[in-house]
Amino acid sequence: MLKSVVSKLISAQQTCGFHTTACLNEVRLLTRLRVVDNSEIGKRAMAEGKPPKVICVYNKTRVGYIGDRVLVAIKGQKKKGILVGLKQTQKVKVPKFDSNNVVLIDDNGTPLGNRIHVPIPTILRTILKEKTHSKGADYTKLLAIATRFV
Amino acid sequence: MALAIRRSTSDIFCAAKWFIRRDCRVLSTLPEKAEVEVATVTKKEKHIRTRGSRNSALENRFVYPEFLPDPNPNWRNSLREKLERADMLKRRNQIDIPEFYVGSILAVTVADQHSQGKTNKFVGICIERKGCGLRAEFTLRNVVDHQGIEVRYDLYDPTIQIIQVLRLEKRLDEKLFYLRDALPEYSTFPFDMDPEILPEGTPVPLNPVQVKLKPRPWLERWERQDLKGVSNIEEHLKEKDRVRRELRATPWEKYDLMKQYRQTIPIEDQNDIWAEVNSQLQQLHMTRKKMSRKRTFSTPKTQLG
Repeated sequence: MLKSVVSKLISAQQTCGFHTTACLNEVRLLTRLRVVDNSEIGKRAMAEGKPPKVICVYNKTRVGYIGDRVLVAIKGQKKKGILVGLKQTQKVKVPKFDSNNVVLIDDNGTPLGNRIHVPIPTILRTILKEKTHSKGADYTKLLAIATRFV
Repeated sequence: MALAIRRSTSDIFCAAKWFIRRDCRVLSTLPEKAEVEVATVTKKEKHIRTRGSRNSALENRFVYPEFLPDPNPNWRNSLREKLERADMLKRRNQIDIPEFYVGSILAVTVADQHSQGKTNKFVGICIERKGCGLRAEFTLRNVVDHQGIEVRYDLYDPTIQIIQVLRLEKRLDEKLFYLRDALPEYSTFPFDMDPEILPEGTPVPLNPVQVKLKPRPWLERWERQDLKGVSNIEEHLKEKDRVRRELRATPWEKYDLMKQYRQTIPIEDQNDIWAEVNSQLQQLHMTRKKMSRKRTFSTPKTQLG
């Protein structure tokens, strides 16, 4: 009995037993994203309040960084997209966004929409150029439909 | 039974020891340290009042906070700090790094190999300033096209071309992270904002604006942080949150002189640092002032010509 009293006293004095930290805001499996282009499927999914979920990140660590290709589940379909803005803490001079933004593309790298209505980080120019191969998909078409760079 | 009694006695013993240790710790360190602290502070204050020039040097700690090293004794290294200060002064000879505070609105132009014009300008409100020495950094926040954006810059980054203060002011809090959860109009600033020039000799104005938060969920528990710049925090709280805020409150921390001492650089150390850099900083400040005066004087001439 006394032990329980003592333990109660101690627990009242100390903080909670588990460690809490701010979350990393990583883009992983089943992260909800925000579609920022004006493709029909993306607009409808966002309007219905059913934003797409990540079901695959195409890199080795399976954590999506800026410019990475992802496979998303959107309105019962599988679509590919490119991450164009992240909530996660970024490197110096790379903008950090308030939401995880994605632009939908098809297999060749052509965007489904024809306008992006939020700013795009300039570093994406270099990243997407590096990822584009002459015979594979061309991701730089995404840069052409951007309205603003920060 | 006997075992139970023995255990309970041991528990009592443990608890008593624990309490005694706590009390002892408090009694052994705090009062004597407190006296020493108060005595030194009063002595120093007298010292300062007698010497007027020292006082102005000490004001530098608000204008150039990155010249003070990190107070953590594990990270102190006097040689590295000295070299860093020399490098900072060299960089300040190259570029005008103006006086600004958390809450000021800045425009930063950097050389950016990724952008088309090879430069990139970002305008925003400074929501955080941290780091010491060459690692000093600041974060700008703005809302562009209804999308909140934050960019972190190193203050002594060689790729920075211009740092311009568009509006020099302070806010009620030391960090403005709550702007992320506030309504977007509180962090929206146009990119073509004109700089507001304060008349010389005026103190830095304090902007007493109180922001309105969006309804929950929030990124942090703002109600526990004792924020002065938020107006409607109470209307989003439930009874449970108020109770927990009371439980987690630490009202004794403002009396913890040792904690304060560990978080700050003592006056003696500061005096050494400012004596080392103050003359150069003043000189730089004067030359910049002269240059700006020349520029304002010469512009009408060119228009006439």
